[in-house]
Amino acid sequence: MPYTKRRRLVSSAVAVTLGATALAACGSESGDDGDARSGPVSLTYWTWAPGMDKVVDLWNKGPGKKEQITVTVKKQASGDTLVTKILTAHKAGKAPDLVQAEYQALPTLVSNDALADIGDGVGDAKSKFAEGVWQQTTLGTDAVYAVPQDIGPMMFYYREDLFEKYGLTVPTTWDEFAETARKLKKVAPDTDLTTFSANDSGLFAGLAQQAGAQWWTTSGDRWKVGINDGATKKVAEFWGGLVEEGAIDNQPMYTPAWNKALNTGKQIAWVSAVWAPGTLTTAAPDTKGKWAMAPLPQWNAGESRTGSWGGSSTAVTTDSGNKDAAATFAAWLNTDGDALNALAKEGGIYPASTSAQLSGAFTSPPEYFPNQPDFYQKAAEIAETTAPSAWGPNVNVAYTTFKDAFGAAAKNTSDFTAALDTMQEDTVADLKKQGFGVAE
Amino acid sequence: MSSVALHQAEPTAGTTPGTTRGPARRRRIAPVPTLTLLLGALYCLLPVAWVVIASTKSGSELFSTFTFWPGSGFADNLSDLGAYRDGVYWQWMGNSALYAGLGALLSTCVSAVSGYALAVYRFRGRETLFNVLLAGVLMPPVILAVPQYLLLAKADLTDSYLSVLLPQILSPYGVYLARIYAAAAVPADVVEAGRMDGAGEWRIFTRVALPMMVPGLVTVFLFQFVAIWNNFLLPYIMLSDDEKFPITLGLYTLLEQGANTPALYTLVITGAFLAVFPLVALFLVIQRFWSLDLLSGAVKS
Repeated sequence: MPYTKRRRLVSSAVAVTLGATALAACGSESGDDGDARSGPVSLTYWTWAPGMDKVVDLWNKGPGKKEQITVTVKKQASGDTLVTKILTAHKAGKAPDLVQAEYQALPTLVSNDALADIGDGVGDAKSKFAEGVWQQTTLGTDAVYAVPQDIGPMMFYYREDLFEKYGLTVPTTWDEFAETARKLKKVAPDTDLTTFSANDSGLFAGLAQQAGAQWWTTSGDRWKVGINDGATKKVAEFWGGLVEEGAIDNQPMYTPAWNKALNTGKQIAWVSAVWAPGTLTTAAPDTKGKWAMAPLPQWNAGESRTGSWGGSSTAVTTDSGNKDAAATFAAWLNTDGDALNALAKEGGIYPASTSAQLSGAFTSPPEYFPNQPDFYQKAAEIAETTAPSAWGPNVNVAYTTFKDAFGAAAKNTSDFTAALDTMQEDTVADLKKQGFGVAE
Repeated sequence: MSSVALHQAEPTAGTTPGTTRGPARRRRIAPVPTLTLLLGALYCLLPVAWVVIASTKSGSELFSTFTFWPGSGFADNLSDLGAYRDGVYWQWMGNSALYAGLGALLSTCVSAVSGYALAVYRFRGRETLFNVLLAGVLMPPVILAVPQYLLLAKADLTDSYLSVLLPQILSPYGVYLARIYAAAAVPADVVEAGRMDGAGEWRIFTRVALPMMVPGLVTVFLFQFVAIWNNFLLPYIMLSDDEKFPITLGLYTLLEQGANTPALYTLVITGAFLAVFPLVALFLVIQRFWSLDLLSGAVKS
């Protein structure tokens, strides 16, 4: 199977040791990218960020006009389906020049040869980002497959007024978190601290990341899947235990019932990410100004680490006829001060670029948090402590099995570690089926 | 024909109580079937009622007030929907109407011609052709979307209005239905009589057979219209420019805006509510064409 062979080649691209060899292989495939451009260039850009057309207008009227590069936004729906759509278009050689891609989708796109190495085109962009963030776009190789756009460092949100009312203190470790949940159950039996949502694979992945899990790593030219490693097991057992003893709820998030629980104070805390204010605004409109944000509880006292939930990047496809021009735009969009300000204002994103995290829109707190004026200073500090992440080429499969296995486990309050093993097995089986080499 | 007799008998039997024969006996309601039908109606109408009521709620009322209690935000929802990205919603509505209207019309024409040909003419390979079509009926259109995309990409037609219209013009189900209907509604004697009178084949088809097939074709048109109006995957794969999106796709982009942006539930619900109207109107307008059965009595049997 020639496909298998190529897959293996590309999978090795992700291995640090073989990075250079594979790069040569990639380079020869896309030799005729027609980068020697003359005259004006027009690029298409698939993105789901709201208001992106207005941000791109800034480019088209400013630096883009000077460089004769016009970008057209084609607004898409976000999610795994978009990755499939990009890959389908790529199969026909019709992928757009630029795409917005979540970090966990990058290995999938790269292993299908859909993304170009834009290391030469993005200039000194690397210096604008935290190392852990940048590493997600290189996949540990010498190549650069995307420029980070927004990030979702995880945080702990709680009802300040109700914590006071029930005599609770903000937990700084997960042990304290469990104690807080139990204490709340005693004081107010019909109130839950929070819920374990089996619908949100990204949340669980972020929690595992905080605990130091590395779900996908490479050894030699093979993938190693560590979904049921020690760190993730610890996280699964922790939440499974809380669900089993009834200390927290087991219903999914993002449902009308969940919104109601947040809005009426039946759930008084939420483990979420920096974008939570936007969600809370619609989910719990009546409790504006009553919430506060704190760092995520830690596994060991005195540590400060967080995971990430969400976040995306701008990538250039191998189908683009003007990769350099596209890379120039991608770098501008995610490092230029005006562009990032506009992105924050129009799209409500939290920028990956460190310098933008404290300027412009982020000098004042979110409208929903008038009681916490230093919201974004705190957020920037927390973002700095983001643990490195390790994504592989079939995150979507792992996420789907998470929903099935943990959904059943949460509903029946049964063993979470068994669900974790299912997730591991299914992910490994899928990798093998796709033709990747897998190290046991 | 017996069917005509049946049609004439029906109104007196069903709807007019108080005729000479024992009205009391006829008025009695059979409880089990009635209850089943009522439950069925409730099952179908409840989600519609939910959409209608939810579209009147403002963002803050949506999840916090009683489900079936109307809210106060309908006018705001409407104007927000109209204002979203400079009224792109109405563009989607127009696109959907174009895809569904033109697509269903063309599809009906193709179905009429091919169904009539399959029903009236005898030629070699007719049954084989029909069996292939039947296989097409069994094939879910969803699995054809990706191959169709790759095919149209070769012709450089993706991301165009044509890319959504073309694949939906040939509907195996429509051809199948048109053949069955033509076989039943266009008697061979009538076609023969036309030939005797010296009419050409095209003239027989357009002047004689087509009017007889109208009720069947109206059904084909409706089926296709609804199918295209509700279609998601084909336009999803074909189109990347959201100015060309149909409503289904447009509303989906409102829901999936990325993790850091809340889904625009109120807009989606209001948009879904408005999208029902064209379909309802179409059904009401087109209903009258179904009563053209009378033509089928052209031949004495």
